[in-house]
Amino acid sequence: MGDFLRETKAQLVRWLIHTRREPFSMAFNLLNPVILLIFMGGAFQSLAKDFTGGDYRAYLLPGVLALTAFGNSMAGGIPLLFDKENGFLLRLMSAPISRASILLARFLAVNLNTLLQCALILILGLLFGIQIATGLTGAVALLFISLLLGFGVTIVSLILAFVLENHGDFFAILGITALPLTFLSSAFVPLESLPGWMRLLAQVNPMTYAVDGMRTLALVGWNGSVLAHMAIVLVIFDVAMFWVGNRVLRRHMA
Amino acid sequence: MDPVIVRVVSLKKSYGPVRALDGISFEVGRGRIFGLLGPNGAGKTTAVRILTTLTRPDDGTAEIAGADVLANPAKVRSLIGYVPQELTVDPYLTAAEHLRYYADLYHLAGAAWETRTRELLALLGLAGQEGRRVRHFSGGMKKKLDLACGFLHRPPLMVLDEPSLGLDVQVRHDVWRYIEQLRDQGTTVFLCTNYMDEAERLCDEVAIIDRGRIAALGTPAALRSNLKRDVISVEVSASHDHHAEKLAALERAVAGLDLVRETMKDGTQLKIYVEQNELALPQILSSAAALSVPIHAISYSRPGLDEVFLHYTGHSFAEGNEHHG
Repeated sequence: MGDFLRETKAQLVRWLIHTRREPFSMAFNLLNPVILLIFMGGAFQSLAKDFTGGDYRAYLLPGVLALTAFGNSMAGGIPLLFDKENGFLLRLMSAPISRASILLARFLAVNLNTLLQCALILILGLLFGIQIATGLTGAVALLFISLLLGFGVTIVSLILAFVLENHGDFFAILGITALPLTFLSSAFVPLESLPGWMRLLAQVNPMTYAVDGMRTLALVGWNGSVLAHMAIVLVIFDVAMFWVGNRVLRRHMA
Repeated sequence: MDPVIVRVVSLKKSYGPVRALDGISFEVGRGRIFGLLGPNGAGKTTAVRILTTLTRPDDGTAEIAGADVLANPAKVRSLIGYVPQELTVDPYLTAAEHLRYYADLYHLAGAAWETRTRELLALLGLAGQEGRRVRHFSGGMKKKLDLACGFLHRPPLMVLDEPSLGLDVQVRHDVWRYIEQLRDQGTTVFLCTNYMDEAERLCDEVAIIDRGRIAALGTPAALRSNLKRDVISVEVSASHDHHAEKLAALERAVAGLDLVRETMKDGTQLKIYVEQNELALPQILSSAAALSVPIHAISYSRPGLDEVFLHYTGHSFAEGNEHHG
């Protein structure tokens, strides 16, 4: 166990060094969500009054957090794919380390990044005067829910990193999933306003449940049944992805 | 302890219809530099992947110091230091951070890694560079750091895939010196190379691999001497009146010698292919003296490994590269 922790820590430190020495990358990642929240939130304030009944930016905040968690997690496997392409991973795999430490270290690094980005967005939102119905405790809960969504998506990304042959394919998949999955959810508009087929797809999208739960916290309050519904769906999603990941990666890392 | 560090017995591996390894066998003794020499696509990288537990063989066995790569991969991994052909350093990290990283992965004690880091960086001429990010390193410095990381845990076997690929002459020599120093400290080195001169200069033993099979195995000297084809070139002075007749007379005289296998006249030059250069040379010189041949220059050359390759595989090295590259 001591060795496992040491291996994981060493690899996590490497990823955190990347984050620290690449501050612009983090800034660019934050640019889109912030534009969405501040500008789109402001621009559509009056249009969205019908379904928000108040501040569209507070309505949008959960969607933006979910989008950030989703995007960051989905891209999380890319550095491993680069490691695979340039031989670094071969070298790791020839070392007497647990395979799981490679995955765990990356998983932790991705979700620490997500936590940091979502916290920055939240702080920025509060500075711009967005009010959260459940207060500071609710804000912490929003971060927790963002991570709960991010966990499962990170595992999907790790699977892709090992299954795909090159990063071009990975970027293609990122490009074609991020936007549709965001619109096929309740991130920007209520589920009821979507056309029938879109609503159907949105209902199997875990992002919808994360957003619904967070929106309740942001606009209404501690609604037990909505939150429980969300928690069940997200935990099932995370566990299912873990199960799939365990099966697929065992084969690919043997 | 078993003096054999690497034992490979009829190893086979196919990728679909392509036979990467078609039953290769060899042994590497402790403290030797063993080179797998062949063109691109001959099966070298597949052999390395199997020895480093990264690929499973279809058939046959491979053992590192008695540990089987299939039955005991964890043990094998702790016994090897693998440096792939590609540069596998991380541009974001400093040299010291790399060594710290590998010290953790190989579970080195704190005191050991600090001493070894200092020693290795000094040995490779990287002392004073430990705090710099690798992004700012030259290609040669990156390769040296890569090699240092591979030996940090002092494995009994270093596995090096094309250690001097794409390096400039000075760095190549530094890398070769480093590999020799490892050997002199008792480390066994298994390396793959595409370069004849690298195999010739560095390896105690060479296996020539071609199309997944071992075509020849032995010390570079033994492989060359099997060819029995040293070349002695005699050049006559063109200003001498009868140089053509004299050279023709010399050719007739040496053709009768037992050690001479073939002669070839080319202008003012006579090429004499002999079996044993050291015995043939005095005989040729005394014939020349007896005929008072006006010798301008005389030289001899031993066949290189490229000729050895041609001899054992029936095709040239470059051809192999084209075929499989």
